[in-house]
Amino acid sequence: MIKVEGLTGGYHEVPVLKNVSFQVAKGEMLGILGPNGSGKSTLLKVMSGVLPLKAGTVELENKAIKMYTSKELARHMAVLPQLHANAFSHTVRETVSLGRYPHQSGFFSSWSDQDEKAIQDAMQLTGVKVYENKYLDELSGGEQQRVFVAQALAQQAKVILLDEPTNHLDIAHQKQLLDTIKMQATENGLTIISVFHDINLASLYCDRLLLMENGAVKIIDEPHAVLKQKQIESVYKARVSSYPHPEQPKPQITLLPDLGHSQKNSVITKEHFSISDDCVVLQTKMPLKTISSAVVNAGSGWFRTFVNRHVPADYACNDSTNEMYNYLEMKGFPTSDTVGMMTAVQTKDVVIEEYHGTFGSILIAVTAGVGNAVDVSKAFERDQKPYVGTINTWIIVNGQLSDEAFIQAMITATEAKTKALQSEDVRDPITNTVATGTSTDSLLVAASQKGELHPYAGPITELGKYIGRGVFECTTLAIKRYKVAKGM
Amino acid sequence: MNKTPLAYVASVFVLVAAVLVGVTVGSVRIPLQVLWNPDLDEASANILWNIRMPRVVLAGLVGASLAMAGAAFQGLLKNPLADPYTLGVSSGASVGAVMTLFFGISIPFLGLFTLPILSMVGAFLTMLLVMGFAKLIDRSMKMETIILTGIIFSSFLGSLISLMIALTGEELRQIIGWLLGSVSMRGWPYVTMALPFMIFGSVVLWLNRRELNALVYGEERAQHLGVDVKRRKMLILTGGSILTGAAVSVSGTIGFVGLVVPHMTRMLWGADHRHVLPLSFINGATLLIICDLVSRTVISPSELPIGVITAFIGAPVFAFIFWKQRRKVSA
Repeated sequence: MIKVEGLTGGYHEVPVLKNVSFQVAKGEMLGILGPNGSGKSTLLKVMSGVLPLKAGTVELENKAIKMYTSKELARHMAVLPQLHANAFSHTVRETVSLGRYPHQSGFFSSWSDQDEKAIQDAMQLTGVKVYENKYLDELSGGEQQRVFVAQALAQQAKVILLDEPTNHLDIAHQKQLLDTIKMQATENGLTIISVFHDINLASLYCDRLLLMENGAVKIIDEPHAVLKQKQIESVYKARVSSYPHPEQPKPQITLLPDLGHSQKNSVITKEHFSISDDCVVLQTKMPLKTISSAVVNAGSGWFRTFVNRHVPADYACNDSTNEMYNYLEMKGFPTSDTVGMMTAVQTKDVVIEEYHGTFGSILIAVTAGVGNAVDVSKAFERDQKPYVGTINTWIIVNGQLSDEAFIQAMITATEAKTKALQSEDVRDPITNTVATGTSTDSLLVAASQKGELHPYAGPITELGKYIGRGVFECTTLAIKRYKVAKGM
Repeated sequence: MNKTPLAYVASVFVLVAAVLVGVTVGSVRIPLQVLWNPDLDEASANILWNIRMPRVVLAGLVGASLAMAGAAFQGLLKNPLADPYTLGVSSGASVGAVMTLFFGISIPFLGLFTLPILSMVGAFLTMLLVMGFAKLIDRSMKMETIILTGIIFSSFLGSLISLMIALTGEELRQIIGWLLGSVSMRGWPYVTMALPFMIFGSVVLWLNRRELNALVYGEERAQHLGVDVKRRKMLILTGGSILTGAAVSVSGTIGFVGLVVPHMTRMLWGADHRHVLPLSFINGATLLIICDLVSRTVISPSELPIGVITAFIGAPVFAFIFWKQRRKVSA
């Protein structure tokens, strides 16, 4: 559809663009990224014929854009500008109608049915039909931008170029606008090329991304190949980290701010735990990076309050998460800052231990109820009735864990727990084989992310060794206390 | 719902009324019937057809030309304060006209048309200079920059005219009267001299009405919409200069018509140039016919220069638009 080859050009003697080449296929959405001054907007201007090119060619449907007349080019390629003010007041209808300019000719250019249909469709699609007879300056920025999208669509061009279309729009309007544009590509086969300031939006909506650096193409590829941490860091000169989008198979980028290290390196100790009749609570000054399978705020996040709540053995609730929320609220814990778990075990039977290594310290807290012990390898033989009994394991690390270390810490802790059950000879009551856990165990790994960096936390590392030993010792003790409490 | 036909009907109606009042009211009152029955009163018919009618027609044509030129300049420069007078284009046209008189230039083949043509050339060159200079100072060509540049150029050109007048002595004193702006005592020859250019200039602008609609969004945007910007810009500048030059060559500099009329037209009927241009043409004619009527009747039997009346209305309107635009920018 569009073929750019060896493009060199720009405003001044020194060319802004240096030998830029790429192709865009029909129905594709290409995002142009790059830091300020990297030549994104210039590239768009050269492609739309506003700026002259010094060398190279821009071809549209196998024909150089220089060979098109102004009107012909406008029938093939529409450009959506950045928002700007206008000294005169035009109605929405007048503004959208202007998109039909390249389709009109002759002395007394008549307004044809085709023109009318084009603007009606465009206004319908962008949802500005209701404002048809309003003046543009009566509308909000987001609404105005949609009017200009309608204007571009009314041109009925096969290619649309956009220059930071979401500038100054709030997130709802950003989504609305880009959804509409993306739909044009997927459903009507329009080719979209857009400059983006926002890397994440570009990644979400574009099929491919073109990353520019100093007027040259750094890379043009699918988002996952472009949004690589090192690449973005070197082009944008800013510390970033990438993570997967929660819903779309696209990477996202987030900034890593440099806030200095003024914050105190507060170390978490046993003193931070408090035990009451109905819960075990850990409260820390600094938020801990946490990954857990809790009832409330499971998954990963940053939290300062950790609650292991005692519930009666006959606790039954259809919506335990909601019930737990209400409990935390009633107790005065901030629900957005708290990880909450449940156990039927008495809180006095909790085992909390502190271990010191050369790297610093870790804390292990375990409550163990094994009335519901299961041999996981034979679990398929059991029916689905809920049983009471849970082993809740917390591992708090005074140190910095990588993503790998978090997962290795979980593996290590699980293996140690299983070993503890084996050494206590806890058996699956149905299969009468050695149990590996209970059917509702929870695990929490939290790290202060200050101090020494632990890239790994498997048994080969000192940290892994302490986690293995700590979890084994604490779980064993917790099971012993459970047996005493149950009179076994 | 659609008020466009109403706009034309109302505008034409007011114009016809203004013409009728213009030809009948004056130092001598002429009965309206004389218009279609000259035998009724031969003396009145003589005044009507040889003095009043050419004066009214000339006032109408000058008003129409200046208003349409103003509307076009405003669209092209995205500047509601632009008009042949504020941009200094009228001064440029005056310099062209005064030079023709001062040096007694008469280009062969052009004959009677030498004056209007040199006037137009003066207008066109001034327009190019003002735009070039404004762009040199401020690439974005802000409203204030263009107006300031217009003031600089009209001051300079005004002093050139004063210089020429001072150097000529007595016989060109009449130029001063002409410079103040007047449509009196011109007669039909002036109408025939200016009319072809005014028709030509108006048609050129009218053919660019849709391009002007695109150009109010800026040259880059207009190009995206398919406008051949370079060519169209030149055509609009040429058309506007022809109208201004033709108007100035027969009536001197009459200010603010090109500012007030398009502004009122937009306020009443919207900003679409397809209608702003023709409606400004009609309403410009009406306004100047009425202003001329006031100028010759208000302190009768003496006459005020017509420019005094237009400035009296125009300057406050200029101030109002300026205030409104600044508020729009800061909002």
